[in-house]
Amino acid sequence: MKIVVLPKQTFDTEAKITLDAAGKINREGVNLIMNPYDEFAVEEALRLKEKHGGEVTVVSFGGPKVPDILRQALAMGADKAVHVGDEGLEEIDEHTTATILAKLLRDLEYDLILAGWRAIDDGSAQVAGRVAEILGLPMVNMVIKLDIAEGKAVASREIEGGYEVVEVPLPAVITAQKGLNEPRYPTMKGIMQAKKKPMQKLTIADLGLGGEEVAPKVRARRYYLPSPRSQGKIITGEPAEAAAELVRLLREEAKVV
Amino acid sequence: MISFKLTEEQEQIRKLARSFAEKEIIPIAAEYDEKEEIPWHIVEKAHALGLMNRTVPVEYGGQGLDHVTDAIVAEELAYGCLGISGALGANGLALAPILIAGTPEQKEKFLKPFCAKPQLAAFCLTEPNAGSDVASISTTAVRDGDYYVINGRKCFITNGGIASLYTVFATVDKSKGLKGITAFIVPGDTPGISMGRKEKKMGDRASHVAEVIFEDVRVPKENVLWSEGQGFKIAMMTLDRTRPIVGAAAVGVARRALEEAIKYSKQRVQFGKPICENQAIQFMLADMATKVETARLLVWYACWLLDQGLPVSKIGAMAKMYAADVAMSVTVDAVQIFGGYGYMRDYPVEKLMRDAKILQIYEGTNQIQRIVIARNLLA
Repeated sequence: MKIVVLPKQTFDTEAKITLDAAGKINREGVNLIMNPYDEFAVEEALRLKEKHGGEVTVVSFGGPKVPDILRQALAMGADKAVHVGDEGLEEIDEHTTATILAKLLRDLEYDLILAGWRAIDDGSAQVAGRVAEILGLPMVNMVIKLDIAEGKAVASREIEGGYEVVEVPLPAVITAQKGLNEPRYPTMKGIMQAKKKPMQKLTIADLGLGGEEVAPKVRARRYYLPSPRSQGKIITGEPAEAAAELVRLLREEAKVV
Repeated sequence: MISFKLTEEQEQIRKLARSFAEKEIIPIAAEYDEKEEIPWHIVEKAHALGLMNRTVPVEYGGQGLDHVTDAIVAEELAYGCLGISGALGANGLALAPILIAGTPEQKEKFLKPFCAKPQLAAFCLTEPNAGSDVASISTTAVRDGDYYVINGRKCFITNGGIASLYTVFATVDKSKGLKGITAFIVPGDTPGISMGRKEKKMGDRASHVAEVIFEDVRVPKENVLWSEGQGFKIAMMTLDRTRPIVGAAAVGVARRALEEAIKYSKQRVQFGKPICENQAIQFMLADMATKVETARLLVWYACWLLDQGLPVSKIGAMAKMYAADVAMSVTVDAVQIFGGYGYMRDYPVEKLMRDAKILQIYEGTNQIQRIVIARNLLA
C-alpha cells in the first residue's frame, strides 16, 4: 500500500507571536515544528505500513527549513520525502498550497493520502479538502480511528454527541484528529538512517506551475494581536457583601448580567 | 575553522533527547527522587529509543555516537533529572574500559548481548579506603589455574548489585601498588557477587548507588582487560574519556536551574513588580547564563578533542571541574532567586541544588581534577 502524508511546518506551540514593522507575523528566531495534527497523520501512515506493507512518502510545500520536518518523518520511519520550495512566491493561501500539492500528487502513486485536519498556525483546515477536490477523491475529516481492508477505508469520526463510522473507496484523503494515535519518537537508529533516505527538492517551476495558477485568491489584510488581558479583580470583605459587590460589578461594569 | 553549527543529525538527536526529557523524565523526576528508585519503565523506553549505550559502536549493539553528540544527549537528559540521566548513562562509564581495552572477542562476547536488552552495568573502582587514592585498592584477584578469584568490597557503586555486567578493578599483588591493579570483566550473574548497603543520598536519588561485595568470585582469565597490572592505566583512560560527559550533565543541571530561575523571576511579583525588574536579580541571571554557556563550550571542546583522538586529559578535567562548579553555583543562585519557595520541595530548584553537589565529587573530585590540570601544566 502506498501512502502519501502531507505535513506542514508550523510555529512551535509555545512560540511567542509578534508582528514586524510591516504588520506581518514575525518569523525571526521562531522555533519551527511539524504541525502536531500532521504528526498523527505520519504515525498512522507508519502503522498502516507496518500492518499492510508498502511505502510512506512525505510531501511538504514551504520554506528552506521544511526539510527538518521531512527528516523527522523519515527518522520516524517514512521511506522518502519531497520538498516543494516556496521560492519566488510572495504571498500564498490555501488555494496556492493545495494547487501545488495536488499537481505533485498527480505524478505520485498512492492508495491513501493522510494529513492533519488543521494546522495549528492559521487553523484554516482547508488544504487537505482542496487537494481531495482537485484530485476528485473522497475525503473523511477529523478521523480518530482508521482501518483499511479490501480497497476500502473505514474511518471513525467524532460528531456532535457521538461517533460516526464511514466507509470510502481508496484512494481517499483522510485527515487526523487528536486521539487517532500517539506519535512515536524517532529512534536514534531511525535518525541515523534518515539521512540515507531520498529527499527530493522541487521548485514550483519543476511542477510546471507559476503565475496566476498559484496566485492567492484570499489575501490577509491585517494581522493584530489580542489586547493584553487586564489584571483580575479580587473582591474582599464579608461573603454576603462581596457577593453583592460581584453582582453589581457584573451588571454595571462588565454588563454581562 | 571553528564551527558551532550542529549537523542535521545532531539537531534531530538533541530534539529526541529534549522531548524525552520533557515528556518522560520531568513529569516523574520528583516522584523518583522521593522514592530513591530507578524508574525502570524509563530505562526500558530509553533503551528502545537508543538513548543508552550511546558511544558503543553500532556493530556491538550501541548507537555509535561521537562524544560531542553524546554530550548533547547527556545535557538534555540531565536537564530532565540528573539521577535518571545517571541511571541511563552509567553504562557509559562501566563499558568504557571494555571499549578502550577489550579485544574484538571480548567486545563481541560481552557488549553485544549486554546492549541487546535494557540492562545496567557498573564500574567498580572506589573502595571504602580507596577513593581518590586508587593505589590503596585492597580488593584482590588471586590466580587459580585458568581463573582469578576476586575478593573485596567496593563502595559508592552506581548500579551496584543490580548490574548485569561489571568492570572490576582489583590488585593481583598489593606490593606492586598501582602496577598490581588489574581490570576484569565480570558478568553480573557470577556466583559470589552481592549487594551490600544501598546508599541513602543527598541528591541524585533516582540512580542506584550501593556497595558491592565480591566473595570468591571466579572469573576466567580471558576476562582480564589487556593484562595484569594494566588496570590503573585503563581506569585513568576511562576517566579521561568520561569526564567531559559528567561536565555535559552538569551543564544540563545548570541550564535547568537558569531556565527555572528566569521563569520564576518573571512571574514573582514583589513591591508591585516582577522581581526580574530588579538589577540585583538581573545580574545574577546574567552571571548564571554566562557560566552555563562557558561550561558548555569547554565540554564541547573536550568532547571534540576526544573525537579527534587528541590528548584530552587536561581539558577534560577542566570541563568536568568547571561545569560541576558552575552547576553548583548556578543551582544555589536559582534557589536564592526563588527565595523561601526555592527551599521547598514543591518547587524544582532545591532538587537541582542537591543533585549538583555530586557532580563536584564523583568520577574524581574537583580537587583531583585540579591536580590533573596542574600536572599537565607543570609536566
